[in-house]
Amino acid sequence: MSSRMIGVDVGGTFTDVFVLNEAEGTASVAKVPTTRPDQSSGFLDGIGCEVQDLSEIAVVVHGTTAGTNALLERKGATTGVICTEGLRDVLEMRRRDRPRTWGLRGDFEPVVDRRNRLEVPERTLADGTIRTPVDIDAVRMAAKTLQDQGCEAVAILFANSYANTANEDAAVAALRKVWHNEHVSASSEILPEIREFERFSTTALNAYLQPEVSGYLGRLENALKAGGFDGEFMIVQSNGGVMAVDTACRLPVRTALSGPAAGVIAAGYIAQSSGFENIITGDMGGTSFDVSLIAEGQSMLSPQTSIDFGMVVRNPMIEITTIGAGGGSIAWVDKGGLLNIGPESAGSNPGPVAYGLGNTRPTVTDANVVLGRIDPDNPIGGKLDRLDLTAAGRAIDEHVGAPLGLSTVEAAEAILRVANSRMAGAIRLVSIERGFDPKRFAFMPFGGGGALHTGAMLAEVGIARAIVPRYPGVTSAMGCVIADMRQDFVQTINSLVDTLDETALGTFMQAHADQGMALLDAARTKFEARELSFELDMAYIGQTHTVSVPVSVKTLDGKVTAPTRAEIEEAFDTAYRATFGRLLQNGVRRILNLRSAVTGKRPKFDLSALAPTEGGSRDPIGQRQVHFADTWHDTAIYDRLSLPVGAVIKGPAILTQPDTTVLIEPHLRGRVDPFGNTIIETSEDVS
Amino acid sequence: MSEIDPITLSVLAGRMEQIADEMDATLFRAAFNPIIAEAHDASHGLYHAVSGDTLVQGKSGLPIFVGVMSFAVKAVIEKAARDGDLEDGDIYIFNDAHIGGTHLSDMRLVRPYFRDGTLFCYLASVGHWHDVGGAVPGNYNPAATDVFQEAFNLPPVKLARKGEINQDIIDILLRNTRLPQSAMGDLNGQLGALDLGVKRMDELLDEYGADTITAALEALGHRAEALMRSELTDLPDGRWEATDYLDNDGIIDAPLKIQIALEIKGDEMTLDFTGSSPQCAGPVNIALPTTVATAYVAIKHVFPALPANAGVMRPINVIVPEGSLLAAQFPAPTGGYTETILRMIDVVFSAFAQAAPDRVVANAYGTINALSIAGTKKNGQPWVMFSFYGGGHGGSIETDGLNHGNAPISTATIPPMEILEAAYPVMFRTWALRPDSAGAGAHRGGLGAIYEIEVLEENGAEAFLFGERGRFAPKGIAGGGEAAMNVFQYEQDDGWHSPQLASKMRGIKLKAGQAVRLETPGGGGYGAAAERSVDAVALDVARGLVSEAEADAIYGTKWREGTA
Repeated sequence: MSSRMIGVDVGGTFTDVFVLNEAEGTASVAKVPTTRPDQSSGFLDGIGCEVQDLSEIAVVVHGTTAGTNALLERKGATTGVICTEGLRDVLEMRRRDRPRTWGLRGDFEPVVDRRNRLEVPERTLADGTIRTPVDIDAVRMAAKTLQDQGCEAVAILFANSYANTANEDAAVAALRKVWHNEHVSASSEILPEIREFERFSTTALNAYLQPEVSGYLGRLENALKAGGFDGEFMIVQSNGGVMAVDTACRLPVRTALSGPAAGVIAAGYIAQSSGFENIITGDMGGTSFDVSLIAEGQSMLSPQTSIDFGMVVRNPMIEITTIGAGGGSIAWVDKGGLLNIGPESAGSNPGPVAYGLGNTRPTVTDANVVLGRIDPDNPIGGKLDRLDLTAAGRAIDEHVGAPLGLSTVEAAEAILRVANSRMAGAIRLVSIERGFDPKRFAFMPFGGGGALHTGAMLAEVGIARAIVPRYPGVTSAMGCVIADMRQDFVQTINSLVDTLDETALGTFMQAHADQGMALLDAARTKFEARELSFELDMAYIGQTHTVSVPVSVKTLDGKVTAPTRAEIEEAFDTAYRATFGRLLQNGVRRILNLRSAVTGKRPKFDLSALAPTEGGSRDPIGQRQVHFADTWHDTAIYDRLSLPVGAVIKGPAILTQPDTTVLIEPHLRGRVDPFGNTIIETSEDVS
Repeated sequence: MSEIDPITLSVLAGRMEQIADEMDATLFRAAFNPIIAEAHDASHGLYHAVSGDTLVQGKSGLPIFVGVMSFAVKAVIEKAARDGDLEDGDIYIFNDAHIGGTHLSDMRLVRPYFRDGTLFCYLASVGHWHDVGGAVPGNYNPAATDVFQEAFNLPPVKLARKGEINQDIIDILLRNTRLPQSAMGDLNGQLGALDLGVKRMDELLDEYGADTITAALEALGHRAEALMRSELTDLPDGRWEATDYLDNDGIIDAPLKIQIALEIKGDEMTLDFTGSSPQCAGPVNIALPTTVATAYVAIKHVFPALPANAGVMRPINVIVPEGSLLAAQFPAPTGGYTETILRMIDVVFSAFAQAAPDRVVANAYGTINALSIAGTKKNGQPWVMFSFYGGGHGGSIETDGLNHGNAPISTATIPPMEILEAAYPVMFRTWALRPDSAGAGAHRGGLGAIYEIEVLEENGAEAFLFGERGRFAPKGIAGGGEAAMNVFQYEQDDGWHSPQLASKMRGIKLKAGQAVRLETPGGGGYGAAAERSVDAVALDVARGLVSEAEADAIYGTKWREGTA
C-alpha cells in the first residue's frame, strides 16, 4: 500500500526530508548534506534514509531553490527575445531604478544579451487595436538568427499584448513550428497583465530558467521512477501552493521562493493547530533572518519580488522580509565606535569562527557559543565534530571586546543585544507596514538558529508567547506535505466600472476557473475541497496604486456567474474604506486587473502524528554554565524530543535536538503542547 | 548628563531610526496620492529641541529630504520664539520653500515633543502633495517668475493648539488645492505618522528614561561627527575647483554658472560656491536651505555609510554667496529647483574627483526632463501626461555606469509605458537605450535613453518640457570623457524641430500622428578611454551600445582585435 507522503526541501547546506506515513499515523524526518552541482543525489539519499522501497510512496512534494540559484548565479540558458520594434531595451532599462540609494555605484546586466534581443514590426495599442499586424517572416528570421547565436530558449515580448493577444498568438504559433525545443514563451501566456517591464522580465526569466529547471526536475523524476516510484511528483510554488511537475517545467519562474514559502505554510498550519491564528515567523539561517506574518490564519502575499537588482518576478508570493542578521552575520566596530552586525556574513562556509574553516571575524553564532548557549561539543546538523570555543572568544576579544573596552563575555552579550534589537526591529516594521500591532501575535522561530533568540524577541517586541515547532529545522520539508494545490491567474481589464463589459469579465473568470480546475483534475491527489477566489485590483481614476477587492462570485457546476457592476462598486467601497478609512466623494471607480486563484485543498494530516510518544522523560540529561544578562547560570539540558506532553520546563534551560537548540531564559518557561511544540511564555502567566 | 555605554547606544541608534522608519511606513500606507504612496516622496525624523538639527531620519524617504528637514524645524523654532506660545500638543504646518527649502509642493508638519512638561525634541513630517494651487495643475510652472505663480504660500502656522486641530487652517488649505480629497488624505496620513512618532517616543523614554535618550542623541551626534572627520582625515589636504553651467533659466536664454571650490584641511572641509551666477528670473533659483541640504546629499553620495545626523555637517563649512541663485530671495520662483541641485551635485563630484577619484562616480545625466503632453479629448475631457525621464549614471572605479537610472536626488521609478498609453492618447514609438550617449572611459558611463512619443488624439496636443544639459554635457572624472547632451525634438508638418531654449519649451502644438523625441544624456566616463579593455569595447560595439565609428574615434581601432 503506497501511503507515504514525502516532502523534500533542498537548501544551501542541507537537504531535509519529511516522511508522513498516513496509514500508521506516524512521521519521521531526515537531514542529509545537499549535493552539488546535481542536487538529485542528495535528494534521493535523503528519501533513502527513511524509505527503502520507493513504490511505497504516494506523493513526493519538492521545495526547490534550483530556480533561485540559477537566477542568482546567472546559470540559466542562453535566451533570446523577439520584441516590438522600438522596445528592444525594456529588460535592460527596468523601471529606471538603481541598486542602492546612496553612492550611485553599480551597473546591471540583464539575463538576455542585447545581441539576442531582436525587434520585429508589430504594434498593438492600449485599447487592443492592432495598429501593425505582426510580420511573421520577420519572426521566422529572428528565430533563425537566435538559433544561430546559440539560444536555447526564446520569449515573445510584445507591447500591450495583455489587451489583445492576437499578434503574440500569431508570432508564438509560427515560432513553435520552427524552434528546436519546447522552450518558447509568450508574455501574454505567462502574465497577461499591464506593465511591460514586469511582464517582460517575468517572461524572460521564465524562459531563462526553463531548460535548467525542467532538466533538473526531469532528472529527479526519472531517478525516482527508476527506484520504483509510481506516485505523484509535485513542486512548491512561491505562492505557498503546489503544482504538478509538468506545470513547474513550463512555469519555472513560479518556483522562485519555493522553499521559504513552504516553511511559512507549515508554520501557519502548526500554529493554527495549536490555537494560534496570528503569528509572526522568524527563520534564522546563516546569512539572514526572514520574517513573515500570518494574520487570522492567512499568510500575506505580495504581488512581486526582485530576485536580485533588476530581476523582477511578478507572481503572487508569500511575503517574506529579509534582514541581514543570521548566525553568520559579522560583528564589527565602525570608525565612530559603534558596534554593528552585518550586513557582511560568513554564511555557512567558512561560517562562524568556531567552525574553524578559515573565518577570523566574530559572528552572532560565535557569541552564542562563547555564552554557552550552543554546545561546542555537539554542534547541530552533524557536519562538524566540535566547535572551537577558544577561537570564537579570541575573535570576539580582538574585534569587539578590545575596541569597546569589554571583556569577552560582555562583548558577546553586546553582539547578541545588537543583533536581537535588529531582529526585533524587523518584526515591528513588518507588522506596522501591514497595519498590525505585533503585540497581538505569537512568535514562531524556525530554522537552525531562531529558537536561541526567542526570549529576546518576546522581551523586545512585547510579544506574550512563542511557539517553537517540534521540528523547527525541517519546517519547509513539512510544509511541502501540507501545502494545497494552487494556481493563480491574472488578466488586465482596464475599464471604468460604469462602462465595464460584464460578459467579458465573466468570460475571463470562467477561463481562469476552467484552466485551474483542469489542472486539479489532472492531478492524482484527491482533494477535500476545491476553492475559487477572485479579486479585482481597483482604484479611483487618477490614482495609480490599487487596492485588492475580493469579490464573492457564485459558481454552480463549474459555471461562474460574474458579479454585477453594483456588486463590484459595493465590494470596492468596503475594501477602500478598510484600507484608507474614507471614500472619495464623486470619485470614479476603475478596474485594472482580475486576479483569480484556484485551490485544491489537500487532506491535512493530523499533527498529533508528531506528538511525543508515551513514557518520555522529564529529567535533564545534563547541565552546563550558560551566560544570561550579567552572570553565569547553572542551566539544565533536556532532550527535547523525549519530553512528554504537558511537561513544563522552567528557565534557565536548554532543550536540545539534532537540528536545533531551544533556549529558555531565566524568567521564562517552556511547556510541551499536545503536538509536541514548545510554548514559551513568562513564568508568571502560565495558568 | 549621564554617560552612555556603547552597546546601549548601538541599540538606541537602531530603535530611534526605526521610529522614523515606522513614521515613513505609516504615511506611505495612508497617503492618498501616489507621489507619496508609490514614489515615497516624503520623509520623517527627530530634530533637536534647541537647534532643530537632524538627530535621526527615516531610511525610506527621498534623499534630498535628508538634508532639508531640519530647516523646517528651525523655521518653526523661530516662529515659536517670536510668538512665545509653544505648547505640548501644538502642530505647525507650512510649505514656504524659501524658509523650508525644496519647492511649494512639499507640505511640512512639525510637532514639538514634550516629556514631563519639558520640550524634548521635535518630530517632523514632509510629503509632496498632489496639488497646491497656482497657475499649473501639479505646480510645475516653467514660466513662473515668482512664487505666487507657482502655488499658494503658507508660512509656519499652528494647525493644532494643545492637541486641538484648528479647522480654519484646514478649510483654507482645502480651498486652495484642485484636489481637496487628496490633500485631506495626505494631511491625515502625516498627522497619523506624527501621532505614531509621539507614541513610540513615549515608549522609548518610559523604557530608558529621558537622561539616557538625551545622552544617546548627544553621543550619536558626536559619532556622526567623528565618522565624518575620520573620512576627511583619510583624504589628502588641498583645494580643488569645478565649474559647470545650466543652459538657461527658461525665461532669458543665457547660461548660469555653478562654481565650487572644495577645500579639505585635516578633518575639516569647505564647500565654497562663490562665483556662482546671481539670482535669475526663472524658476531654477534655489533657497539657501535647499543649497545646504544639497551639499549634504552630495556628501552622503560620496560617503554612503554616513548617518542622517547633523553631526556630519559640523566639520563642513558651506559658503553660499549672497544674491546668487543658490541663495534666492523671496519671492523668486524655485519650482525648477531639481535642475540646479543636480548641477550642484555634479560640481561637488567633479571637485572631489580631483582629490580622490576612487571615492566618487562621474556625473550622472543631470536633468529630470519634466515633460508634459496635454490636450482635450473629443469628448471635452482634458488630459495631462506628466512624467520625469531617466538617463545614464557615471562610471566609477568599480564598474561602468548604470544605464537608464533615476536622478541622484530621488529614488522614484518611471511609470510603465503601458500605464501611460492606457491612461493618455499617446503611443511610444521608441523606449530604448541611446547608443553613443555614454561618456568614454576605462569604465564608461551608463547610457541615456530615447523616448519618442506620438500623439494619437485627433484634437492634437500641446507639449511642455523643463530639462537641462542641452548645451553642457555631463562630465567624466579621472580622465573619463563627457556624455552626450540632452536632445529634444518635436515633429511639425515640415519635419523635426528643436526648441530655442535647448531643453526647455512650452506650448508646442502637435497634431495627431506627430511626435516628440527626447534623447537623454548618458553618464560621464571614469578613467582614460585608452585604459578600457579592447574586449569591453568590442562587446559594446557588438551589442550596439557604441557605434563602430565612435569606437574607432574614441578608443582607436585596436578594439577590432578584441573578443566580444
